[in-house]
Amino acid sequence: MSNDLSPKERMAIERVHMPELPADERSKNFEEVNQGLTPEQAVAEAQRCLQCKSRNCVAGCPVGVSIPEFIDALASDDLPRAAQVLRGDNALPAVCGRVCPQETQCEALCVRGKKGDAVAIGYLERYVADWAMQHPEGLIAIEAPEPTGKSVAVVGCGPAGLTAAGELARQGHKVTIFEALHDTGGVLRYGIPEFRLPKEIIDREVAVLSRMGVTIECNVIIGKTLTIPQLRSEFDAVFIANGAGLPTMLNIMGENLKGVYAANEFLTRVNLMEAGRRADSSTPILQRDEVAVIGGGNTAMDCVRTARRLGAKRAMIVYRRSETEMPARVEEIKHAKEEGVEFIMLTAPIAIVPTEDGWVSALRCQKMELGPADDSGRRRPQAIEGSEFDLPAGIVINAVGTSANPLLTATAPDLTLNKWGNIVADEEGETSIPGVFAGGDIVRGGATVILAMGDGKRAAAAIDKYLKR
Amino acid sequence: MFEVVSNEILAENLHKMVLVAPRIARARKAGQFVMVRLAQGEERIPLTIGDADPEAGTITLFIQAIGASTRKIVDTPVGGSIRDVAGPLGKETHITNWGRVACVGGGVGTAVLFPLVKALAEAGNEITTIIGGRSSRYVILADELGALSKNLLITTEDGSLGSKGFVTGPLGEMIADPACAPKAVFAVGPVPMMKAVANMTREPGIETIVSLNPIMIDGTGMCGGCRVQVGSETKFACVDGPEFDAHLVDFDGLSDRLTSYRKEEAQRHAATDCKIAKEVAK
Ligand SMILES: Cc1cc2nc3c(=O)[nH]c(=O)nc-3n(C[C@H](O)[C@H](O)[C@H](O)COP(=O)(O)OP(=O)(O)OC[C@H]3O[C@@H](n4cnc5c(N)ncnc54)[C@H](O)[C@@H]3O)c2cc1C
Ligand SMILES: Cc1cc2nc3c(=O)[nH]c(=O)nc-3n(C[C@H](O)[C@H](O)[C@H](O)COP(=O)(O)OP(=O)(O)OC[C@H]3O[C@@H](n4cnc5c(N)ncnc54)[C@H](O)[C@@H]3O)c2cc1C
Ligand code: FES
Repeated sequence: MSNDLSPKERMAIERVHMPELPADERSKNFEEVNQGLTPEQAVAEAQRCLQCKSRNCVAGCPVGVSIPEFIDALASDDLPRAAQVLRGDNALPAVCGRVCPQETQCEALCVRGKKGDAVAIGYLERYVADWAMQHPEGLIAIEAPEPTGKSVAVVGCGPAGLTAAGELARQGHKVTIFEALHDTGGVLRYGIPEFRLPKEIIDREVAVLSRMGVTIECNVIIGKTLTIPQLRSEFDAVFIANGAGLPTMLNIMGENLKGVYAANEFLTRVNLMEAGRRADSSTPILQRDEVAVIGGGNTAMDCVRTARRLGAKRAMIVYRRSETEMPARVEEIKHAKEEGVEFIMLTAPIAIVPTEDGWVSALRCQKMELGPADDSGRRRPQAIEGSEFDLPAGIVINAVGTSANPLLTATAPDLTLNKWGNIVADEEGETSIPGVFAGGDIVRGGATVILAMGDGKRAAAAIDKYLKR
Repeated sequence: MFEVVSNEILAENLHKMVLVAPRIARARKAGQFVMVRLAQGEERIPLTIGDADPEAGTITLFIQAIGASTRKIVDTPVGGSIRDVAGPLGKETHITNWGRVACVGGGVGTAVLFPLVKALAEAGNEITTIIGGRSSRYVILADELGALSKNLLITTEDGSLGSKGFVTGPLGEMIADPACAPKAVFAVGPVPMMKAVANMTREPGIETIVSLNPIMIDGTGMCGGCRVQVGSETKFACVDGPEFDAHLVDFDGLSDRLTSYRKEEAQRHAATDCKIAKEVAK
């Protein structure tokens, strides 16, 4: 197919549908739900792009991917060029193509979305990234940079840390990532389930970094095994990207009953430690018929869909606002519904009801209605008097959010924190300690993969400048 | 990879293992622990750092093999290695010179007590150590602890060593006698033992510190799995502890949470036992 289409011809092409595993099949396994576009679908979708001068989409992307350029290359079926453009801007395109909330970022600003459907930028990104992984021989080789003799320590192997490491290695700096857990990827590995992001994708992206000479040391907890002052003395600069941290408790009765999980524990057991995935897994996890998940973000969706896959007959989302206010990605909500997840909206938990022997038996709830908007711009939920009811549940999962982990900051007294315990960093990621930069969730509070990556990229540029001073 | 340089059997199912972990050996303080994961696909298990040699770059663990994971860990031979050892984690013990202190250890808790006694002795405390076990075969580290303590008292349930009964017996006598009542008590062992000690020292108002052993996953405060009720607050034992004021801990809640996976573990044991039986039959 040619890419010399008139705008009218481009406008006539309809937005592609991502092939998916059938809902009743996938809700019993951990296989990836989205199956990826066919080559024909990808090229046709790329041809929908009007290549407009205004480049709104790029403005909507926190790392500023050259979206029209990579899509143009794809529309001309020039995959090596498309891959090169993408790689130049984004260290983890196969990850972003799968988990970014495109509908509120690049695609939200797409000109075609004004009348009809936006170009499926996320799907195209994923297509090009997956192609690149499968065709390393087709890629334009990146030349090894001249070593600068400078070294940088990166704390945390999540998206922010990985991105910064890649950018810094590309500049010829010697990079060592220190990771507290026994494996790489941060939330990408222990939080986001494989039906959304296969572990193989993370492994491959990490392998690219290793080939670029980045050293990754797992099982090193900065603040405990080594401290920031120690890193500061052994390396020329430090980038802190240790993520969000402690689960926020609900502070309701019954929170410590058996069968009550914080989201991270539930997801970590399954994703990082393979509980419930293999018959011979050595990590136990509880499996019950009725599972109630409290919250409306991506974490809540991941928990509820995982619970369903572990065999829950009734997997429920309990959220105190309405569906329009839910922060989860639209696609995740749609997939969850298709998989039979129940959405119990405008409902707040008030207590967890025990059985005689200390297990969860029900989630006591109260109905809510929406009042005027609060500081977040969302309408504030208000309790309806006398509307209490019990929702039977054998497992309750708390997915309402996290707050900053003090483990690292407690041993770095010179690091300025805000009132929530997050590290204070300027536009370029520089903290109160010279030569120490920070980014991602530890600076922003729980945010997104792409924002964390954007921080990693900006900080890497600032570190490079700092090292060359 | 963390190499095993020695692996001794101290008592039935109780091993003393020395591992090469130079950074942890340098950084660790009394009261801290490591998260150990034998191999890919295995569970992460919290274990107290019993001792460390910063020069040799080694740490010592005392491990009671009770379930499938700890059994596999202690089966690692000398020269073999453990894939993941992360730490030191948890807060260090608040060590000061109290004057007279009592250190109480039950079962494998005695091993956890060892670094504490060592640190308290170095700070100039006058220590009475009381250790107990079901029978003489379960009493460990008596010589090592004896060398650090002014008094060492041993109790066994069957009377096969020391006095017959529980560790709370001699502790009760100490508290009752104004001439030897301790200023502080450190207790480590099974939850019912720590609870009993807390109940004895509450009334006379003796500061009492216990080291808790909830189920842990990451050990860094990320998962919330290790939460315990302390006073009116929910605490994460891995970052806020593992040591807490015994008079505020909800021991019943802790015991109860520790049984969360009893059914799942039993099924796993059955599975591993069967495999072993099959191997033997071959
Ligand atoms: C379940 C779940 C689903 C999500 N889904 C999405 C989604 O669909 N789309 C999206 O855009 N965002 C999603 N998010 C949010 C997104 O994952 C995070 O915003 C992003 O991962 C933050 O990246 P980060 O690099 O700052 O931190 P993290 O990914 O948290 O990585 C931090 C790393 O640092 C390590 N670490 C922590 N402390 C230390 C220490 N002291 N020393 C050494 N290492 C340390 C951690 O173990 C971790 O590996 C989701 C989050 C969760 C929890
Ligand atoms: C901070 C900390 C320090 C510890 N230090 C030591 C140590 O130095 N030496 C040592 O031998 N053990 C120590 N423990 C206990 C040890 O972690 C557990 O015995 C181990 O996790 C059990 O693993 P398993 O899979 O072999 O047994 P499992 O099969 O998981 O459990 C067997 C039985 O023990 C119960 N159980 C599960 N987890 C624990 C636990 N954390 N504590 C007590 N009982 C449990 C289960 O309910 C089950 O009935 C420590 C625990 C903590 C939290
Ligand atoms: S073990 Fe996960 S928070 Fe303590």
